[in-house]
Order: sequence, then C-alpha cells, then structure tokens
Amino acid sequence: MNISLQFLVFLFMALVMVVFSILTVTTRRILRAATYLLIVLFCTAGIYFQLDYSFLGSVQLLIYAGGITVLYVFSILLTSAQGDRADRLPAGKFFAGFCATLAGLALCLFITLKHRFLMPQPIAGELDVKQIGFTLLSGDKYGYVLPFEAISLLLLACIVGGILIARKR
Amino acid sequence: MFDFSIVTQWFHALLLSFLPEGVAVFLECVIIGLFLLLLYALLACALIFMERKVCAAYQCRLGPNRVGPWGIFQVFADVLKMLTKEIIEIRHADRLLYNLAPYIVVVASVLAFSCLPINKGMEILDFHVGVFFMMAASSIGVVGILLAGWSSNNKYSLIGAMRSGAQMISYELSIGLSIMTVVMLTDTMQFSQIVERQADCWFIFKGHIPALIAFVIYLIAGNAETNRGPFDLPEAESELTAGYHTEYSGMHFGLFYVAEFVNMFIVAGMAATIFLGGWMPFHIPGLDGFNAVMDYIPGFVWFFAKAFFVVFLLMWIKWTFPRLRVDQILHLEWKYLVPIGLVNMLLMAVIVVFNWHF
Repeated sequence: MNISLQFLVFLFMALVMVVFSILTVTTRRILRAATYLLIVLFCTAGIYFQLDYSFLGSVQLLIYAGGITVLYVFSILLTSAQGDRADRLPAGKFFAGFCATLAGLALCLFITLKHRFLMPQPIAGELDVKQIGFTLLSGDKYGYVLPFEAISLLLLACIVGGILIARKR
Repeated sequence: MFDFSIVTQWFHALLLSFLPEGVAVFLECVIIGLFLLLLYALLACALIFMERKVCAAYQCRLGPNRVGPWGIFQVFADVLKMLTKEIIEIRHADRLLYNLAPYIVVVASVLAFSCLPINKGMEILDFHVGVFFMMAASSIGVVGILLAGWSSNNKYSLIGAMRSGAQMISYELSIGLSIMTVVMLTDTMQFSQIVERQADCWFIFKGHIPALIAFVIYLIAGNAETNRGPFDLPEAESELTAGYHTEYSGMHFGLFYVAEFVNMFIVAGMAATIFLGGWMPFHIPGLDGFNAVMDYIPGFVWFFAKAFFVVFLLMWIKWTFPRLRVDQILHLEWKYLVPIGLVNMLLMAVIVVFNWHF
C-alpha cells in the first residue's frame, strides 16, 4: 500500500478536527470551547491550503479564526468570570442531542456515499486571485455579482442594527 | 542578482537521488522549519540588543556594555537566564489556556514571519494571496493575548488584554487600508511579484503622494499593532504592572517578549517589502552603470538593511513620544486614520486609472 505525505497530513488534520470538534461541544468551560473551536478552524484552513486553494484558506483564517473567534472570546471576557461552568446537561436533553447528531451523521454519510462524484479536473498550482475577483464581480453566467451585492446589503443592515442597539438614547 | 532557488533546487535534487519524494519533502519542511525558528530567535536577540542601545542613546546613556564587546552578549545571557527560570503555576486559573496562550501568539507571528521574502528565490510561503495571508496570520495573535489576559485570573491582566484587543482589532483596519492602497498600484498580492515589480523604482517613489501617506499611516498603525511605542498602554507599567503578561514567568513570559519584538520586525519587513522594494536594490531608471553596481550587493543585505531602517524609525517613535490614553488611541484610529486611509485609497485609484504614477 502506498501512503503519500499528502494523505498523512490530511489524516492528521482530520483527526485533530474530529477530536477538537467533540471537545468543543463537551467541555463545560465556555472559553475552552472557544479555543477548541479555534483549533478546528485552523485545521479547516489547513485542508484548504492542502487543496491548493490558498485564497479560501486565508479567508478562513482571517474571518473565522481571526475575526469570529476574537469576537467570541471578547464577548466571553466581558460576560463570564473565571471559574464559571455550564451546568451538566439533563439526560433527556443529552439523549435528544445525541440522536440529532447521529441522524445528521447518517444523512451526511448517506449523501457522500450515494453521490456519484464527477471526476475532478484539477488545475495545477494555485487558482489565480484575478480569476476569483473577476468571477465574483461578473454579471455573466456563473458570475456572482448578485450574491456579492446581497451580502454587502446584509452587512450594511448589520452595521446599522449594531449602531441602533449601541446608541445611548 | 543571486537567485537562491538554485541552492534549494540543487538540494531537492540531491535528496531525491536517494530518497522517495514524500520523505524528501518532509525532510525539507523540517529543515526549513528549523532554519525559520533559528532566524526567528536570532532576530529577536538582535532586536532586543538594538532596542536597548537605541533607547540608551535617546536617554543619553550607554546601554549594556559589560558582557562582551559593546555588551553584545548581554541578550544571550538574558535568554539563558530566562530559560532556566521557573515557570510558576498560578492557582485558581485555567491551566490549559494559561499555558496555551503564549504559543498561540508565537505561532501567529512565526506564520506571518515566514511570508517575508528575504532574497530572490528565498520565499518560504509565497502564495498568490501572500499579503492577504500575512494579514490573516498576524490577526490570530490577538486571540492569544486575550486568552492570556483572561486565564491569568488577575484584573490587571484582563484590563490589559481588553485594551490590547480593542487596539489591535482597530488598527488592523488601517494596516489593511494602507496595504490595499499599494496593492492597487501593483495589481498583485504575491510577495515575489510585488518585489519584482519594483525593479525599476520602489513603490514609495512610484506611487508618490498616496504611497507616502500610506507609508506614514502604516508606520503609525504598525506601531499600535505591536503594542509598542506611544501605544503601549496594554502593558503600561504605571497603571497595569505589565498588562496581559503580568502573571507569566520564565520562558512563557519570554515567548511573549520575543513575539513582540519579532512582530515589530515583521511590521518593518512588510513595510520594507511593499514600500521600499524588499530585496530589490536601489535602481534609478536610465542610469544603467549605477544599477549594475547596486546589483552587486546581495538581496538579503538590502532586505535586512531596509527592515532595520524601518525598525529604527519605529524605535525612534517609541522613545520620543509619551504614552497615549485609551480614548485618544481609539479617536486617532477611527476619526483620523481610517478616513484618511479611505480618501488616500480613492486618490490612489484616481492616480492608477489616469496613469499618473511613474
């Protein structure tokens, strides 16, 4: 059997992701959960880099690891004290959550195993940023200008909402 | 110019001659990682020594002068001292996060550090989105600082971490805007390409007025980003003892300290790369003889000379200006630097569209 370095790296990152994903939801200290989540996001970015899609990897690092997690940690710092612990889940809730997880896993496995994937046609090397940019802002077929503008509208709404909530009066 | 990729390709071929490819690549990764960490540590020592000497010069003192000639072994002695000191475990704190925090800070800064192109063909990470990746990597460090402040179970640490977080998140915006201004001029984000495009003239001269404004904004924001200079109130001794690393001792404190200095070097190296041409020698279009002479100086000498020049500028700022207050820092960023940066970007767009740059 021929095991390549690529496969070993993937295996390592996948293992770390699985372990820390489980730890994220089972730990009872909220800041630890945020830190484990950070590690999961790191590994996701690592997999994007391994797929030679460095743009998405960088976005993952900047938005999720560097942005969202910082936001989480910041709000946790402001609201919870050292030594706070979440209550243990009641058995019923735990069971319901466990069942929902299993159902989700079954669904994902079903789709992944059942789907007939097309043979990928990998482009050698990284995807050019210019191509991503033109696709993102083109109005032609397979262009993404409408979702792009819709998302910017959403962000504007978020900013206005944030100012409205934070305003003193 | 000497192309370093000749050496790396020769080494790769040498390894391939008696190893399978996977093992060879793995071995190369390990060697490069070791070199990177060695360079990281040595640079930190050099910067700490420089900081002490520059600080002493501005305060009319001599600085360290007992250990070795001009005191150059003082820093190494301090490093040894730091390595042998006890790492004190504090009670009623989250041990795991407390011990993890310095490593997050160091990992973020090593990632950003490995993006800097030192010589021609000597880039470690050279993505198409290099500039973007570097900003992403350096934005992770703030998580480590926040975790350090919280998990120390100390109100000074917590306040320091809060201040640091607010400051770093705000000033990242200005850094992004000023870098984006230059990216508009280059139309590429790959570091090796950015340096190549400065072969005829450095960007600070090519982009004249907007590039100069962007450079000044970048220096101010870079100083704030590294928690140094007049913006060092996250660790203001008079108010917060030592800010977010008050409770840290031994090498854990050392890691924060080293990361802070190398972050300063990263800011300076980035400024040198995107504004001052990186490893590209000083070329004047038209003067071929002069350019040929300049080409004899190797690229890494140019890079380090420019980077240390910017480091000197940053230290000059630090030891000249008094510390700001929190509200002043946030006012400076949100009411002055961000609007100026946005207008500057517009100016650069106009200049690029009408081709008014050199």
